[in-house]
Amino acid sequence: MAEIVRIDAEGMHYTPLNQAIRAAVAAGAAEITIDHVMGQRFIADGLRGSVEITINGVPGGDLGMFMSGPTCIVHGNCEHAPGNTMDAGKIIIHGSAGDAVAHSMRGGIIFVRDDVGYRAGIHMKQYEEKRPVLVIGGSARAFLGEYMAGGLILILGRKAAAPQLDRGLGSGIHGGKIIVRGNVDEKHLGVGAKKRELSHEERGEITPLIEEFSHHFGLDPLQFRDERYYVIAPASARPFAGKYTWEV
Amino acid sequence: MIYMCGIIGVIDRSRQRMDGTGIRAALSRMDERGSGEGAGYAAYGAFPDLCDYYALHIFFDNPHETKPLVIEELSKWGTIEHQEEIPTFEQPGVRKVHIPWRFFFKPDPRLMPRSTTPEDDIVMYLVMKVNTSIPGALVYASGKNVAVFKASGWPEEVADFYRIQDYQGYLWIGHNRYPTNTPGWWGGAHPFNLLNWSVVHNGEITSYGTNRRYIESYGYRCTMYTDTEVVAYLFDLLIRRHGLSIETAVTALAPPFWDEIDRMPSKQQEIVRAIRLAYGPALMNGPFAIVVANHDSMVGFTDRIKLRPLVSGEHGNRLYISSEEAAIRTMEPGIEQVTMPRAGEPVIGRFLQ
Repeated sequence: MAEIVRIDAEGMHYTPLNQAIRAAVAAGAAEITIDHVMGQRFIADGLRGSVEITINGVPGGDLGMFMSGPTCIVHGNCEHAPGNTMDAGKIIIHGSAGDAVAHSMRGGIIFVRDDVGYRAGIHMKQYEEKRPVLVIGGSARAFLGEYMAGGLILILGRKAAAPQLDRGLGSGIHGGKIIVRGNVDEKHLGVGAKKRELSHEERGEITPLIEEFSHHFGLDPLQFRDERYYVIAPASARPFAGKYTWEV
Repeated sequence: MIYMCGIIGVIDRSRQRMDGTGIRAALSRMDERGSGEGAGYAAYGAFPDLCDYYALHIFFDNPHETKPLVIEELSKWGTIEHQEEIPTFEQPGVRKVHIPWRFFFKPDPRLMPRSTTPEDDIVMYLVMKVNTSIPGALVYASGKNVAVFKASGWPEEVADFYRIQDYQGYLWIGHNRYPTNTPGWWGGAHPFNLLNWSVVHNGEITSYGTNRRYIESYGYRCTMYTDTEVVAYLFDLLIRRHGLSIETAVTALAPPFWDEIDRMPSKQQEIVRAIRLAYGPALMNGPFAIVVANHDSMVGFTDRIKLRPLVSGEHGNRLYISSEEAAIRTMEPGIEQVTMPRAGEPVIGRFLQ
């Protein structure tokens, strides 16, 4: 089989589509391009290895769920929950995405060029070397980083002085952090979330992310350089201790 | 979870009519959101030759037994201009457990003298009367110039069962059901229709008990064993009978949080507080995305914290609202931008004239 494989997904259900992807990977494909994608769910779910998949169209929900290693490049918008419980690898979205982007993500990185819907980064987690990252180029709707337990969300608010945010930012956050370019209105902070300024070390941490984001989408990284950044993080080491149980 | 049920609606603001082919393809694109236990469509402008008559759609278990009882009831309140069995075409996946029938009915307004909308009130009374007192007959639609097609099955099967490609409408809504809290049956398939109003809904109305008690105190009766029914009745009550605008009705059903109201300019605060207080029992709780159609407009909105998906897009004179972008693009590949309405805020498409 050729190193580069092309699949026409026109009218195809996701089961044969994923079977074709897995067959190509098993045969040693390094790159797969899928054309005419329109709403097929679960693309590349549970897929391992290092294949690069280019998706032309609008993939359905749960793109790259449980994926461990591959890269998905989407030329179009995504529906709900791309990167759901993703383990490793990369998703690059040339467009916007629906609700619950990076839902329960446990490793790897997602870049969204434009906006994300409600509850992006809900329940992101981390463990030892596994630390997921979600970079959002535009704005996010309410409950960004809800119940976040680990990992990093970076939101850049491209084309504006700051990203447009909404209520419940970091609501229930007890690990990880959300880094926001520009000002964050206190009224948007969720329960248990605290705002502080970006430290010098954290600036060093986001610089390579901004560079990679800009590289993927052909943007000038300097536009994100000299702005103020804020960190939204848990209000304490255990902000919800004693909420559901009592300790003596 | 967010996988359950798929909804779609399209309105052509210039009243150019479309056949059912496009919405069938769009709804079938979201087959993953259903379970094959219910699907349906509503078409506005479907009966131009009989547009002055209420199109009463009825599921009969056994027309020979129950149809005479329905005709007797209708004849007390007006005249039946025309009636027919709704043409259906056998499909492998649809078991024809009911016989769908339609009556084109003209109520006599003199029989409801104290009403400001006597014809509508007579039809509403008849719908509730038949559904609560004639077992084996269920009125599932009652609007003028509105056709409703629903059954247990997948979207494409139900579409082919009724051959919706043979009907034309300037506004269509469709629904693919994944029943969760009550079993799937023909009467539980969406759209739910009463008079002008047709509703498709993804989610659950957890405030159903409160909402049901509230609208039943105004003469509505819930007979379909599922929560969405109350939404159609709430729209009829708030807009037709109480005279609210669509925007105000949506504010009553999915109001802003109190902390958001506290930050509004004082005049607006006063209005929204009054709406919340007056319509507390109409407030719908729980996760939902809803599209409501009527003869003036189509409106889509979600619950206040956006627990169900909803996107919309415009192309030419047409506005599309759906659970998924892929469904909209299936109907209109040329659409440029698909956007996400804010939680609790209505997207409204109105006819130009």
